[in-house]
Amino acid sequence: MPDVIPADSVGIVTPQIAQFDTPLALSCGQTLSSYQLIYETYGTLNQSASNAILICHALSGDHHAAGYHAMSDTKTGWWDTAIGPGKAIDTDKFFVIALNNLGGCCGSTGPTSINPETGQRWEASFPIVTVEDWVESQARLADLLGIQTFAAIVGGSLGGMQVLEWSIRFPTRLKSAVIVASAPKLSTQNIAFNEVARQSIRRDPDFFDGNYIDNNSVPTNGLGLARMLGHITYLSDDAMGAKFGRQMRHDSYQYNYGIEFEVESYLRYQGEAFTKRFDANTYMLMTKALDYFDPASQTNGDLSAVLSRAQCEFLLVSFTTDWRFSPERSEEIVNALVKAGKQVSYAKIEAAEGHDAFLFPIPRYMAVLNTFLTRVANSLTTEVK
Amino acid sequence: MRSDLEMIDEWVQPNIRVLDLACGPGELLHHLIQNKQVKGYGLEIGPDDLNTCIEKGIPVLEQNIDEGLQNFDDQSFDLVLMTHALQQFRRPDLLIDEMLRIGKECIITFPNFGHWRSRLHLALKGRMPVSDFLPYNWYDTPNIHFFTFQDFERLCREKDIKILRWAAVDGQLKDHWWIRSMPNLFSETAIFHISR
Repeated sequence: MPDVIPADSVGIVTPQIAQFDTPLALSCGQTLSSYQLIYETYGTLNQSASNAILICHALSGDHHAAGYHAMSDTKTGWWDTAIGPGKAIDTDKFFVIALNNLGGCCGSTGPTSINPETGQRWEASFPIVTVEDWVESQARLADLLGIQTFAAIVGGSLGGMQVLEWSIRFPTRLKSAVIVASAPKLSTQNIAFNEVARQSIRRDPDFFDGNYIDNNSVPTNGLGLARMLGHITYLSDDAMGAKFGRQMRHDSYQYNYGIEFEVESYLRYQGEAFTKRFDANTYMLMTKALDYFDPASQTNGDLSAVLSRAQCEFLLVSFTTDWRFSPERSEEIVNALVKAGKQVSYAKIEAAEGHDAFLFPIPRYMAVLNTFLTRVANSLTTEVK
Repeated sequence: MRSDLEMIDEWVQPNIRVLDLACGPGELLHHLIQNKQVKGYGLEIGPDDLNTCIEKGIPVLEQNIDEGLQNFDDQSFDLVLMTHALQQFRRPDLLIDEMLRIGKECIITFPNFGHWRSRLHLALKGRMPVSDFLPYNWYDTPNIHFFTFQDFERLCREKDIKILRWAAVDGQLKDHWWIRSMPNLFSETAIFHISR
């Protein structure tokens, strides 16, 4: 609800929709005959189309990365702290594109869309898409927008995996890759967390094997539970402790299963709020995309071998209290890049927020991002001259 | 009269893989990348130094050297560098072993505590020397090991490490004939090029 748009905001933005009618062959073996992607852009594309940055979103992100949709909006886009005029991802210098990935539930083709071949909603029949499929579809969006080479592709968490895939799949189409709080593949523990999230959705009687819309139902309990679990893993023990401690709802224990501690109330609220904006099938699909990602499997588990295809320069960032995608996971990528002789820098940022830190405007994090991208921007101007 | 950087530059072959431990703001690495087209990486933990390196486009990795260098493969670099930092780590002897495991050759520079002014300071005043070059008090210094040109030579001998060449310079990092003749007494900074 901004009375005035802040000077460092991209302001009011309007999402756009791109329609694709060239079939897309997916990793799972199925083909999408046509699909659409919803996206937003901030800043201005220069004449040589060399100043574009692609933002890849994480598990529950979307195309609305910065600014407002209307003056009545209570919230900005999900990465407004980093994207805007004079911000770390400076829209005075760059043309920034953010999209909702295929399989999403915010306007791109996904389980809640109509399958043109049946005239029915896809729901459970929507094919599972992978990071590779997303990158392929993002490249088609880039073609449509006239962008041959990105100045940078940036993403955190699952978004970072897409950036990594870009560097391998389309080595000549990006000058730099910024990978934040990510990993070259999920750990066993991560897959286990995802499975608990999926099971909580699938075992919800309102799930109807994924065809809940057809049954006028929403698996709110399952999806809410999945989000509660996820939320715990995105925060650090310290961050939760600092935020809630053992703060209680009442003056004394009630000795029942109602809300005793504030953290319980917070998690329930987070879970419930999520079910109002997110689709359960999309959530399940996104967790599968995370599980399947493992580019080193193409080279017998040798990450540096597969990364030897990359040509861009890399910036990796991790956060000290992130245990879902710990610094060691980012360092696996860093070590593989060093081994492959690639241009890479790495910063391990002191932060209390856990995995969520990648969405916070932590000063040192923003400074590193800004310094790196400023140099990328300067190298573009030198080339033009 | 040449400076320490010029000397190191002269010793470094072009187009090699270089790892610079505790690279600071990346002055040497930047020079070697520009002039010798080396493929270089720096390790650093100071946020400002890291940012300076990123600003200059020098590949820099945030890594605490005292926590180990196991992430680097045996003989994966042609040269491992460490300028003015060896005295700051917990176990310089083990660190040198690690450097020679990772690199085929190493260049190490360190402040020579055997310099006559340090000796005089300790002998006459009976207190730990504080100078422009080592401007710290004993309690707040990051330099936790003090050793001399000769101490380093002796360690190399004990460990069967080859000294390929050495140089010795003054506080302005320049060399002079009298320093070369009695490096343990006259050098403020010692420079060693070593290998297994």
